[in-house]
Amino acid sequence: MALAGVRHLEHNVLVYRRVWRGTAFSTLLSPILFLSAMGLALGSLVPGVTRFGGVSYLAFLAPGLLAAQAMQTATLESSWPLFAGFKWLKTFEGAIATPQRPHDIVLGHLYWLVVRLGIVTGIFLLVMLAFGAASVGLALVAWPAAILTGLAFGMPMAAWTATRQTESSFPVVFRFVVTPLFLFSGTFFPIEQLPELVRPVAWLTPLFHGVALTRALALGHGLDPVVLLIHVAVLAALVAMGTLVALRTFRRRLIV
Amino acid sequence: MAPALIHARGLTKRFGTLTAVDAVDFDVAPGEAFGFLGPNGAGKTSTMRMIGCVSPRSGGELRVLGMDPDTNGSRIRSRLGVVPQEDTLDTELTVFENLLIYGRYFDISYRETRRRATELLEFVQLNERRGDLVEKLSGGMKRRLTIARALINEPDLALLDEPTTGLDPQARHLVWERLYRLKQRGVTLALTTHNMDEAEQLCDRLVVMDKAKIVAEGSPRELIERYVTREVLELRFPVGVQETLDGQFEGLGDRVEQLPDRVLVYAADGEAAATAAHERGLRPESVLVRRSSLEDVFLRLTGRTLIE
Repeated sequence: MALAGVRHLEHNVLVYRRVWRGTAFSTLLSPILFLSAMGLALGSLVPGVTRFGGVSYLAFLAPGLLAAQAMQTATLESSWPLFAGFKWLKTFEGAIATPQRPHDIVLGHLYWLVVRLGIVTGIFLLVMLAFGAASVGLALVAWPAAILTGLAFGMPMAAWTATRQTESSFPVVFRFVVTPLFLFSGTFFPIEQLPELVRPVAWLTPLFHGVALTRALALGHGLDPVVLLIHVAVLAALVAMGTLVALRTFRRRLIV
Repeated sequence: MAPALIHARGLTKRFGTLTAVDAVDFDVAPGEAFGFLGPNGAGKTSTMRMIGCVSPRSGGELRVLGMDPDTNGSRIRSRLGVVPQEDTLDTELTVFENLLIYGRYFDISYRETRRRATELLEFVQLNERRGDLVEKLSGGMKRRLTIARALINEPDLALLDEPTTGLDPQARHLVWERLYRLKQRGVTLALTTHNMDEAEQLCDRLVVMDKAKIVAEGSPRELIERYVTREVLELRFPVGVQETLDGQFEGLGDRVEQLPDRVLVYAADGEAAATAAHERGLRPESVLVRRSSLEDVFLRLTGRTLIE
């Protein structure tokens, strides 16, 4: 028996080989648009960000956007596409009629998120390099941080998707969770800019940890090991919790 | 007799307070084509899912290929070929890719899966569509692809849940012919169906299920002999007339069944019953005498038509 979950990964790769052209353009275009509009154009009005050693706004913004992009990609990948497997195409039902088990699908999804996030954040980092917003060495260190950030959203979302009977709540997640986090988790400005009262709230949001970790590594600045470890621990805990809950919810959904 | 491929005693499935399968007993022998007949909601699919090791039983005993689904689910499934009631194909992939990934699910090498996939597409006559997206296939083609997919692991036991429901007659006959060939090759078939012709043509033995229980078991011929007369007289009346004739059919045959659109009179001699009806002054719009079929057995046992 192959490593658990590998077949499901193969399935996703097979589908991706067929549909990648549809997403490739936006995957490349999105960082270019964001970095030129916000990083260069808007950034020209912003003085150097002193808290990060006076780096340009572009250099400050880019790793934040990278982490936010990972969140969006993973959340999206764990919503409609998974729901299709349960309900529309019922491909998961087809899979468990074979020696495959529900946990193969969960683990396969985890592997797939790593691959998909690797591609999306990898392209993002290449664009950052092209904009002069990162150095090659630091980009390589920030890459796994961005992937980890994505997984911290993707796996809990996957666990929750397995409990949904309709797709109606997915847009709600994007409107009321993903977008506010994108705006207020330190992506566009340091959370020190937030009113003192709400600042602790930012610490509770997963994206804050992802942005802070990715940014510190990409800029090579603010590398307090204790703080970085806290960021990693929070994100890793979310991945682990999401995966454990998903093992339960997938099983409940598929084995009735 | 060889040990049964499927052995069920007191097999039960409950969903909350609903009992979907209520203590059923049956055995399926190697090489046999075994049918589950019953109206919607009778518990056929729940039974099939338990045999397919994707739905744990709530009670009773179940052995599939000599193993217990609770402890050997994956091992059993590796030797099953499952055609579910609703297609579970990946419509984003091509015909060939669907077979390819399914082979991988069984841990078959890409090389071997490719070989088998080509052979199976030939078998279900889909070879010229191998590169097409599944999305573009007709319902009949999807069904054939699902059957091909179920055979990728060269199963010992094929579980077919309503393999031909929703197909046009040509597609249905093609599927029957392929299933028959499969049986000839020695693959054991367990199928549920709504279609009487399907049951009569394919099944060596079948059970009739109603309200979660098995109400009869035997070969199609045996069931007809046991539960109905040799012939049936069908009387159709103009709209609204049948309702006014209540009680006037008594004694025309061994038994009378009033359906919404016609009256069935079960009698050894259908012509004699027709004459008797005429003598009583009954003037139906049409009169038909035919041999009784499995459908009549079904009506007798469950009190309703099969296709609702």
